[in-house]
Amino acid sequence: MSLRVAVLKGGTSLERQVSLRSAGRVERALERLGHDVIPIDVDAALVQQLRDSDADVAFVALHGRGGEDGTVQELLEIVGMPYTGSGVLACMRCMDKVLTKHLLVREHVPTPDFFAFSDVAFREFGAADALPAIEERLGFPIVVKPAAQGSALGIEFAASPADVPQALVAAFSYDNRVLLERHVKGRELAVGLLDGEHGPEALPIVEAKPKQEYFFDFEARYEIGKTDYVCPADLPADVTALAQELAGKTYRLLGCYGFARIDMMLPEEGPPQVLEAQAIPGLTETSLFPQAADAAGISFDEFVERLVQLALQRSPAATPA
Amino acid sequence: MPDRHQTTSHEIERYAGLFAKRTRQMRSSAMRDLMAITARPEVISLAGGLPDTSTFSPETFAALTATIARESCASALQYGPTEGFDETKRCIAEVMAVEGMRVEIGDMIVTTGGQQVIDLVTKTLVDPGDVVICEAPTYPGAVPVFASYEADVVQIEMDADGMRIDLLEETLERLDQERRRPKFIYTVPTFQNPAGVTLSAPRRQRLVEIARERELLVLEDNPYGLLRYEGEPLPPLRALDGGVYVLYLGTFSKILSPGIRIGWVVAPPPVLAKINLGKQAADLCTSSLTQQLVAGFFAEGRWLAYVQDLCGIYRRRRDAMLDALAEHFPPEAEWTQPGGGLFIWATLPDFIDTEDLLAKAIRQESVAFVPGSAAYVDGRGGSSMRLNFSAAGEDDIVEGIRRIGKVIDEQISLWGTISGKGTTGGRAASSSAGEAQDDRDEGPPGPLADVVELPRRTDTKRGASGS
Repeated sequence: MSLRVAVLKGGTSLERQVSLRSAGRVERALERLGHDVIPIDVDAALVQQLRDSDADVAFVALHGRGGEDGTVQELLEIVGMPYTGSGVLACMRCMDKVLTKHLLVREHVPTPDFFAFSDVAFREFGAADALPAIEERLGFPIVVKPAAQGSALGIEFAASPADVPQALVAAFSYDNRVLLERHVKGRELAVGLLDGEHGPEALPIVEAKPKQEYFFDFEARYEIGKTDYVCPADLPADVTALAQELAGKTYRLLGCYGFARIDMMLPEEGPPQVLEAQAIPGLTETSLFPQAADAAGISFDEFVERLVQLALQRSPAATPA
Repeated sequence: MPDRHQTTSHEIERYAGLFAKRTRQMRSSAMRDLMAITARPEVISLAGGLPDTSTFSPETFAALTATIARESCASALQYGPTEGFDETKRCIAEVMAVEGMRVEIGDMIVTTGGQQVIDLVTKTLVDPGDVVICEAPTYPGAVPVFASYEADVVQIEMDADGMRIDLLEETLERLDQERRRPKFIYTVPTFQNPAGVTLSAPRRQRLVEIARERELLVLEDNPYGLLRYEGEPLPPLRALDGGVYVLYLGTFSKILSPGIRIGWVVAPPPVLAKINLGKQAADLCTSSLTQQLVAGFFAEGRWLAYVQDLCGIYRRRRDAMLDALAEHFPPEAEWTQPGGGLFIWATLPDFIDTEDLLAKAIRQESVAFVPGSAAYVDGRGGSSMRLNFSAAGEDDIVEGIRRIGKVIDEQISLWGTISGKGTTGGRAASSSAGEAQDDRDEGPPGPLADVVELPRRTDTKRGASGS
């Protein structure tokens, strides 16, 4: 059945360009599938454009603030247009790494030890006095990251106490809340989940291996040839099963729908440690999620079609109270 | 129908295997992605290097194109000679004469913007691993060119008088000992991009002597020489050298229009011949249409008056920016005082990373600048920024600087709180610009008061690589 699909893309988040690349691929897939594509570069006219579009469904190909944090999802609920991916609450939980981690801890999903601060804590409540104790507890290096930034922008490593203030100032450039997290040395894994007839299904695990010895950064993440991806990751069967199980648990406890990507670190010893969840993982040529789907025998077009169908199936009654 | 062959990981492997090795050096960056958001209408961008083309009269433009359509339509739509049209070259000779250089039309090639000259000269002279010397900071647009030819870029520090020639000589000695001979020295001697400083007369003389003594080529990039807002012009390197070792890059981009994409190179005949072959391979010829447009405009005899109009506009904008910097930037900041050109280079305390600051400035205040690291090949420049004063009107400049000053104040205050170190005697905790002004009035704020040397930042910020 041919549908009118509004593809929401761009916007003003720091990940605008990545979103445009994701959306470009999605649009081409939708056209191949025989749907009518209505591209919308989201701005102040969004609500009006949605109303005028007469679309059957919205494909949300936005990343970062505004698009991935529940804001656009809320507007789509208000307008009454079905949309792909997670709902408002799940998006809010995924976008907020601190909230994600609190929920993980509560449900006994392993996640690296952490502390979180707002800038107010430093400005008004003398949080700096707590830093030495935190540093002792977490040990160096410490990872410092903004609570709400979908990409690797603003993620800093502090190798010693002297690095911490600068790392905090850098991370606070991206959000008013930051996370200090124990650094887990190990292999970087991404587990994609895709909803199907029997609930969320874990896709083959992708391992990201930077070609050079540097941090798996924002650039490497979106550029061809900078990172080697191995999918399925070369892992013992029990480790694969555990990682997929933890990813599924994370997906459910955050309330994700449609698809999501769970990023984790596999330390040399012990179970995988869940770092964060991406409610709308990148869909560019170099993104991890489409590779995982491909390894599962699900082509990009099939994946796009499935997300659209899942959006239509979601009951409008699921609108949050 | 879903196409089974449209699969992602296979695509990636297929393309990645096909890329040339040199593309590893060609970096698109998160920063470039970030800069893309600055095109939003609500953003005050002090980032671009754009001249203000709104000052060019649409009536003049319409008349010029109408004349071309009437009198030389077929040739304007046709290929032209690789080296360019003689009519355009005569305009170039006129511009260079105003700057004190005598050239014949056979000495030059008309290029697709000045950027193509950097590309062609590097293509002509540089094998992978060859040394190219340039200023620190250097024109950010030259960095990817050097990278794409796999040059080993060595940057020489500057101060208020431009490139430190003593450091250049030290570097040349060192390279000599390493048996490495640099292929050329790339310099923007006048109103340098991004630093805004100008190479002093004695240093110009010495640079030309060094080139001669060592038989080294110098690529003199001079887009801004005519955009002088005060003081007397200094002789271009080409004029001092007579064109033996100095290759000269000129452009109409800043004195007429960057949209027409017309630049030029003047070089000794053997070099010019090679560059010509390189240009044939690159694009056969520069646009016939826009070359004719330049010739038509110059025939009216008002081009210099137009440049003088631009100078008046840019001088006022520069003054507005300098005043705003003094008012809104904290005393810990320092900046250059350009006598012309389009840019001011500002440097903040080294705990501030201007890439992160840019993200905050865009997110919170809708204002943009170029982070300094773009002008270095080695990760330095992290606490500096390039500010452009030609593209925005005076009100926007003042407002833009106010907003940037605000996010800097917040960073400084936060750093002071977290680190427990006030930066200048309690200044860190204060938030009002008025207090900052008072601080400054009390006396010079320490070692930063008299800025001679352009700042360098030795520590690289992210300690990730070692861990």
